[in-house]
Amino acid sequence: MVKRIVVDDIIFQDMDNQIIQLEHLTKRFPVGNGFFTALTDINLSFGKGEFAGLVGPSGSGKTTLLNIIGSLDVPSEGKATVLGRSIAELSQKQAANMRNHHIGFIFQTYNLLPVYTVYENVEFALLLQNISAEERRKAVMQALEWVGLTDKEKSKPSMLSGGECQRVAIARSMVKRPKIVLADEPTANLDSKNSHHILQTMQKLNEELGVTFIFSTHDEKVMQYLKRQISLADGKVVADEQVELVSSQ
Amino acid sequence: MVAFKLAYRNLIGAGTRTWLNVSVLSFAFVLIIFHNGMLDGWNRQSRKDTQQWEVANGQYWHPHYDKLDVYSIKDAHKPLDAQIIGKVKDGSLVPMLIQQATIYPQGRMQSVLLKGIPHDQQLLKLPTQELKGVTEGLPAVIGKRMATAAKLGIGDKVLIRWRDKNGTFDATELTIASVFNADVPSIDNGQIYIDFEAMQTMMGLQGDATLLVTGEEKPATMDGWDFKDIKFLLAELDQLIESKKGGGIVLQAVLLLIALLAIFDTQVLSIFRRQKEIGTFIALGLTRWQVVGVFTIEGAAHSILAIVLGAAYGIPFFIWLNAIGLSFGDVDVGITMAATIYPYYSVRLILSTIVLVVIASAIVSYLPARKIARMNPTEALKGKIQ
Repeated sequence: MVKRIVVDDIIFQDMDNQIIQLEHLTKRFPVGNGFFTALTDINLSFGKGEFAGLVGPSGSGKTTLLNIIGSLDVPSEGKATVLGRSIAELSQKQAANMRNHHIGFIFQTYNLLPVYTVYENVEFALLLQNISAEERRKAVMQALEWVGLTDKEKSKPSMLSGGECQRVAIARSMVKRPKIVLADEPTANLDSKNSHHILQTMQKLNEELGVTFIFSTHDEKVMQYLKRQISLADGKVVADEQVELVSSQ
Repeated sequence: MVAFKLAYRNLIGAGTRTWLNVSVLSFAFVLIIFHNGMLDGWNRQSRKDTQQWEVANGQYWHPHYDKLDVYSIKDAHKPLDAQIIGKVKDGSLVPMLIQQATIYPQGRMQSVLLKGIPHDQQLLKLPTQELKGVTEGLPAVIGKRMATAAKLGIGDKVLIRWRDKNGTFDATELTIASVFNADVPSIDNGQIYIDFEAMQTMMGLQGDATLLVTGEEKPATMDGWDFKDIKFLLAELDQLIESKKGGGIVLQAVLLLIALLAIFDTQVLSIFRRQKEIGTFIALGLTRWQVVGVFTIEGAAHSILAIVLGAAYGIPFFIWLNAIGLSFGDVDVGITMAATIYPYYSVRLILSTIVLVVIASAIVSYLPARKIARMNPTEALKGKIQ
């Protein structure tokens, strides 16, 4: 078990290691004849190796922010710079290339390809890159080893438990050694035991590989693991806290 | 490769729906090949029969000869020169003298085309050797259609009347020496064959012929004679086959459309149901157009499976059909057609059918898949209907 201590209310910024910068970011969606503003004037930075979470109730804009960082969406106003590139200025192909090489996604409902085996699901991202079959095999097996699923490589997602599916999703997001992993409510469909297992796995990968993890969550269990907690409400950042994790024992 | 693998897995995963689509498409595929194979087989047999019985490798016509104009026929003849006679003797040319005449079977009057042909010719399959050996009356050979129409059989005698070169009527009695059975009605209906020299004598046209049938592989031009090649002589048959193919296309198109509609429907349903998967593809690094490609390939892959399935039952069926042929009995439809037709499946027919089915499937798969290019990936990830 871990204990969470708030150490700073100020956003930690290591300018040399900043990989995500959000400046005056606003996102509006057309609704009927008007617009719904999902995010308002967001200013945030994320450094390399962060283990941060966007925390807030449903509709607070967490997923919208993750989507913009993941180049799945573009801001209506302001600027989102990810890995030195402005998201709004990326072409579809460039954005796809960025996602394929540098950004991993973990979804609440796992989003595994049902017709593929565990191995093939994890391998999929690498198939889009110019990697030899031998290297792919090595990378996939290593990713499965990280999440403890080497014995399930030939199973289909339908044969796995929810926790196992999410571990496959983690392996899929990590296999390409991305710089950023975006996890949207990764534990929402899992029981407590599986949630902790998943979070510990991600924490370990964050520490060992230095990958930046950004969560969107309102799950207390996830919050316990976060090193930085950004609270959102009605599309605005209401708090941005650095926390220190201390073992309760 | 990824798209093909994914398409294969999704198609197999879809189970019954895939197999229903594939079955209908494979049936259309096999039927198209069967129908066109039958027509091609009919065409090949008919061309072969017409060549063997009537036109060989082409004909030299007297410039005034028009087989559809009985009035010009009487003047369409000219003497054979030494070069032609040489070729007739060596068997590479068969001369024919054609004139109009009238027969009186059982007291009825019937106009006929009287054709004189050397009894010793071996270029055409006509049983002209039967024109020798009958001692009573002038021996004649007729086809089964003519025999039926005139109620004549072997050994029957019939009065024939004609005008000679001076317009004088003359008459004699013909003895039917043989009745041949050919699949080529154009050498049969209303026609009587007698010996070439006997006919020249009857008409007072010694040394003349109306046309020359050639067996030479590369017939040369001859002064004073119009050469008619195989293409010209078989044009009517080709047109007939083409018109039959045209009629068949309607049936094939309907069947193919039903199969394609099923694929289209499956694609629409698939895109509707797999929004989350589409979003995941995009999140994993595919562009929207690459996802369109994945779904298009998946739809078009129905055609590949249909071809494989079609081949599985179609090849044995075609081999069996090719061995026994399709019998039409003794039905006489007035066109060159064998009693048993053996289908002919050319590489061109099979490849063109494969290309047609694959391209048509790809198009109907692409049309609904285009919608993906306009999808919002964030909405797709949530599985929201767009």
